[in-house]
Amino acid sequence: LKAICGTSTTPDVLARHGKDESYHPSVPPDVVAFPKSTADVSAVARLCHDRRVPLVPFGVGTSLEGHIQHPYGGVSLDLGSLDQMVSEFPDDMDCRAQAGMTRSAVNAALRHTGLEFTVDPGADATVGGMAACGASGTTAVRYGTMRDAVLGLTVVLADGSVIETGGRARKSSAGYDLTKLFVGSEGTLGIITEVALRLHPQPTAVAAATARFDDLDDAVAAVHAILLHGIPVARCELLDAPTLAAFNAYNKNDPAFRPQEVTPSLFLEFHGLSDAVLKEEADLALEACVDAGGRDVAWASDEAERHKLWAARHSTYYASCALKRDGKAIVTDACVPISKLAEVVRDTAADVEKMDVVGPIFGHAGDGNFHCILVYNDDDPPEYLERLHDVSARLIDRTLAAGGTCTGEHGVGSGKKKYVLRERGAAGVAAMAAVKHALDPQGIMNPGKVFDAPS
Amino acid sequence: MRKVLVGVKRVVDYAVRVRVSADKSGVELANTKMSMNPFCEIAVEEAIRLKEKGAAEEVVAVSIGPKQAQETLRSALAMGCDRAIHVQTDIRSDQGLNPLAIAQLLEKVVEKESPDLVIVGKQSIDGDHATTAPMLAELLGWSQATFAARLDVAADGASAEVERETDAGTEVVKLPLPAVISADLRLNTPRYPKLPNIMKAKKKPLEALEAADLGVDLAPTLVVTGVAPPPDRAAGVTVESVDDLVDKLKNEAAVI
Repeated sequence: LKAICGTSTTPDVLARHGKDESYHPSVPPDVVAFPKSTADVSAVARLCHDRRVPLVPFGVGTSLEGHIQHPYGGVSLDLGSLDQMVSEFPDDMDCRAQAGMTRSAVNAALRHTGLEFTVDPGADATVGGMAACGASGTTAVRYGTMRDAVLGLTVVLADGSVIETGGRARKSSAGYDLTKLFVGSEGTLGIITEVALRLHPQPTAVAAATARFDDLDDAVAAVHAILLHGIPVARCELLDAPTLAAFNAYNKNDPAFRPQEVTPSLFLEFHGLSDAVLKEEADLALEACVDAGGRDVAWASDEAERHKLWAARHSTYYASCALKRDGKAIVTDACVPISKLAEVVRDTAADVEKMDVVGPIFGHAGDGNFHCILVYNDDDPPEYLERLHDVSARLIDRTLAAGGTCTGEHGVGSGKKKYVLRERGAAGVAAMAAVKHALDPQGIMNPGKVFDAPS
Repeated sequence: MRKVLVGVKRVVDYAVRVRVSADKSGVELANTKMSMNPFCEIAVEEAIRLKEKGAAEEVVAVSIGPKQAQETLRSALAMGCDRAIHVQTDIRSDQGLNPLAIAQLLEKVVEKESPDLVIVGKQSIDGDHATTAPMLAELLGWSQATFAARLDVAADGASAEVERETDAGTEVVKLPLPAVISADLRLNTPRYPKLPNIMKAKKKPLEALEAADLGVDLAPTLVVTGVAPPPDRAAGVTVESVDDLVDKLKNEAAVI
């Protein structure tokens, strides 16, 4: 391995590469490799293939279901040195970035083009990691997810061979769509080293608004109404009262922070070609909110204020964990048809209250996706943890019964493997296993993730 | 003020991993992403804000460099400048064209344009000389305020107040206009243009002049004799004990 690239076996470095942002503990690799190019990645894959050593790609470690744990040891492939923009095509509104480039670095590189890469999962993840996990986030309601943003990939396969998927044409019917196969494959089918991204014009006019509701149901009804009006809202986020209480507590030492009202709320953002277009959309949306029982609508058109609003929204995970000392959380990620969102959220909130667990609820209501953050710490008694896990299990039952999915965007990793069989069925998982076996017959690519394939 | 002149330089993009050419004569520029110097972006932003506040009527951007410098000027136009001037030269702008020559060329542009204020970035991220602004002010016989963190132009347009960064903190200076100001990091956060403005910028006037025709001696007085990358970082050493650490800090690193 050392003949190919830099390596490390320092315990702290190993530990870092086995731990993501979730409650799943660190399960470290045997060695971390630091390739500098696709050629290096290919050589490492070939070596691991020849020696039957597990291989797990690593971006910045912001996954949420133990995606980068090494239950079978092996090599962690840190793609941080593959962090350059390969090419920019502003006239075609696309670009190609190396997998280790973070999304903020991509947008910094594009700053003079008037274009942006729109997928915003909150964390400053690498585009390779985002592609591997099919990342989504607050802008999906208007701009789609990574599945829509990725135009093509460079992938190193389990035997070290390098393929290019997709291309620069906006559409193609030439052969199987391998891009869509690798997006969301969580490193189990190949290692992504380059990502071609579809870009969007940075909106000319932007405005954000908050609306308050007395009832969580009313807030969800407002979301549904906004969508059914055909308003192209750019961000549509729901936050319940416990979330806002956590939020206020988390930010209380910031002198510039104004506490939010502790009541179910919607945070909305509108993008338009002009202020006039924006005003029309926003007026209609706020009318829908008020009709659903909303009140106290406030605007944030100032760019700095908007950034603060969304930064605060993205801090809700940390704010929730901070509700307990050294808090950790099971992060649920239910996504249901929007017509079912109100009942699923209502029943979840009721269960959280009845079971007396800490479980703030917030999320991308515009996609029918919400996160109930189930918080615990090492001081909690085992029966609290049991109640917590029961709430989570019932949430998933409820979600699947409503025709939804147990993970809208965070992916399966290790944490949600057991639900994939329920959701996809035995034949579905068998089809996935057939693909896995074809592309990774030795089972060295991120083993133990997504589903348990026999190997 | 009637007119503000802003200098912008096309440099290697700040995010690019810079490589030294094989013959060690300079940094590899072929196939390397180039962008507007970050301090020049701040200078452009400040000039545009002056116009938006009504303190200036026209903002003119100028750049000295090869044909591709026109792309940098189009970015300045997209940010909101009204007109652009390209002083064309193929002499390498990172090390071949010296700050004195640049200042002398800018002096010629100032003579042509008669601006009330010149704003440039405090330094470029390739040469890092930070001498163009002071030399230009000297050549023009104008006041100067370098490392500007705040700029306020008086209502009558006859003077300006600048808060400048110093090693000990900041100092506030008042200077009569016309003057030369160099922009430092805290002066503002530049806006980035949206597509409609980028499209509009394509139609804004851009005048090209030949550097060789301006009566300035462009031959370098500073010559780069060699360029080398920094030495490779040596591997760290894990120490077993605090005593070991103290010993190494004292006897190997010689820092205590």
